[in-house]
Amino acid sequence: MGSSFKVNYKEDMALFQNLWVKTWLVILILLMIILPFFLNRYQLSILNEMGIATIGALGLNLLIGYTGQISLGHGAFVAIGAYTSGLLTGKLGIPFIISLPLSGLMAALLGLIVGIPSLRLKGLYLALGTLAFGFVIEYILFHWDLTQGDLGMAVKRISLGQFQIKTQKQYFYLIAAFAFLAVLCAKNLVRSKIGRSFIAIRDRDIAAEAMGISLAKYKIMAFGLSSFYAGIAGCLAAHYNRWIVPGSFDISLSIAYIAMIIMGGLGTVLGSVLGAILITGIPHAIVYIVDLLKDTYPALSGFIVDFKLGIFGIIIVGTLLFEPAGLYGIYRRTKVYWKTWPFKY
Amino acid sequence: MAVIENQVPIQLTVSDLSIRFGGIHALNAVSLAVREGEIYSIIGPNGAGKTTLFNCISGIYLAQEGSIQFNGLDITGMKPHRIAQMGIARAFQNIELFRGMTVLDNLMSARGHAMRYGLFSAAVFIGKCLQEEVRCRDEVEEIIEFLDLQNLRKSPVGSLSYGLQKRVELGRALAMRPKLLLVDEPVSGMNLEETEDMARYMLDINEEMNITIILVEHEMGVVMDLSDRVTVLNFGTKIAEGSPQEISKDPQVISAYLGETQQLSS
Repeated sequence: MGSSFKVNYKEDMALFQNLWVKTWLVILILLMIILPFFLNRYQLSILNEMGIATIGALGLNLLIGYTGQISLGHGAFVAIGAYTSGLLTGKLGIPFIISLPLSGLMAALLGLIVGIPSLRLKGLYLALGTLAFGFVIEYILFHWDLTQGDLGMAVKRISLGQFQIKTQKQYFYLIAAFAFLAVLCAKNLVRSKIGRSFIAIRDRDIAAEAMGISLAKYKIMAFGLSSFYAGIAGCLAAHYNRWIVPGSFDISLSIAYIAMIIMGGLGTVLGSVLGAILITGIPHAIVYIVDLLKDTYPALSGFIVDFKLGIFGIIIVGTLLFEPAGLYGIYRRTKVYWKTWPFKY
Repeated sequence: MAVIENQVPIQLTVSDLSIRFGGIHALNAVSLAVREGEIYSIIGPNGAGKTTLFNCISGIYLAQEGSIQFNGLDITGMKPHRIAQMGIARAFQNIELFRGMTVLDNLMSARGHAMRYGLFSAAVFIGKCLQEEVRCRDEVEEIIEFLDLQNLRKSPVGSLSYGLQKRVELGRALAMRPKLLLVDEPVSGMNLEETEDMARYMLDINEEMNITIILVEHEMGVVMDLSDRVTVLNFGTKIAEGSPQEISKDPQVISAYLGETQQLSS
């Protein structure tokens, strides 16, 4: 089933190369459709968090993993998306269907502005610049009357016409659809001239310029795209949680996103998805394990609550040490292993 | 080798180009004129300013004095990507391939500016985007065939041997469909067979694709056999220009390469 002859370049470029891949895709979609009927609300809420994180992680991977521009301010763009949609739907009564793209565009616009210094700054200096941007946004959200600072802001339910999204199941379908769309667009972008230009800039920026790739255009575009994804993730998160406080979009969110793409695999679309699932899943997995063990070792639960962050850190450090290519690296190795099995080469 | 007549139009003119790094005159009032369709070599000892001259032509360095004209247009101070889009391609001395991509994607990346489609089209990858990608793939495949890279198309460039990487580097420059190709030491570190292959490619590029080539090379055999004309740089100054035969007899060139002969007084 794996081997086939391609007779034109269009076939060679196809995203889903053969029947095998297409079958799996259909199975995945069917699984997504029936899954909510077998899971409880808590389990669905984990999946929803993962879906939102996937969108944000894809955006950051386009910027850091593909274009090689470090950003420590991704959380701020998520915040911009969340607050834009929160304010638009709450104060102005704009429907979700319009506020969603607007929150993405608002984040993208600010992303373009933040991208301008990237033409001069590299590496640590750029990291510092984006970090500062994150603090500025956090400060504004804390002190602006409209956002109600520390008190937080209530966000309206998503309503599509008369229909209101209320249950976890409905949220799941909505978020899964957007996550799927986000993956598809990212996959398409990175195999187009845009993706190739991003990678060229990451690998050799001087050579990229000498090959007719405008550094200014593509670096700024990478910032814009990345922020657009972040804005969409923020908008969905805001309407999903229905309550936003500036504190939830601080530096730790940016770091979590960076952890996702590093653990998943820099410069890969699949890696962003796997990383988002893993990083979102770890805290829940820890809670689950503690729950299992609480009858046998009652002392453990108190201990674990204190060290939750520590365990999180240990897992990240462990991955970096033993699998620097991230989950994508494991995936690729397994794939090669089974492709050639039982032969060694 | 193409016979170059005097009436063949000039493609690239470098006039009185000077650039200093601190106190070092990397280039000192260098002038040269490259005619359309010729293979023009620039030679000189290490540190003579050959690569610096290339960097000035492709816009990576901005010269302090002098100007560069390409097809009658002043390109001094233009951004490197604009100069590249005008038709000046470059194969680098130290391999500067995009290591994260396959051979095919490396070549396609150099064709990016020829694809006319936008962000939204790319995100859905249908219609205009797909059309343009297929068209450019077709064009790039010609170069892959020309350089015998067919079976390496989907290999990551990092896994290739040095000689093959140099060939991909050349292919990437060709993928831009340039009018003028700057080649910086294409055969350095290559064995005899690879050198001969590379020399053959140079001639084919020049004759069949009608691309003007400016060559920087230390391997004198290659320079003497391929070039229509040669310029010799020494410490940033042009010391000679002419046909390979003239250059090899020039006393200044011989002294630059072999050192002055000094009479020992007894």
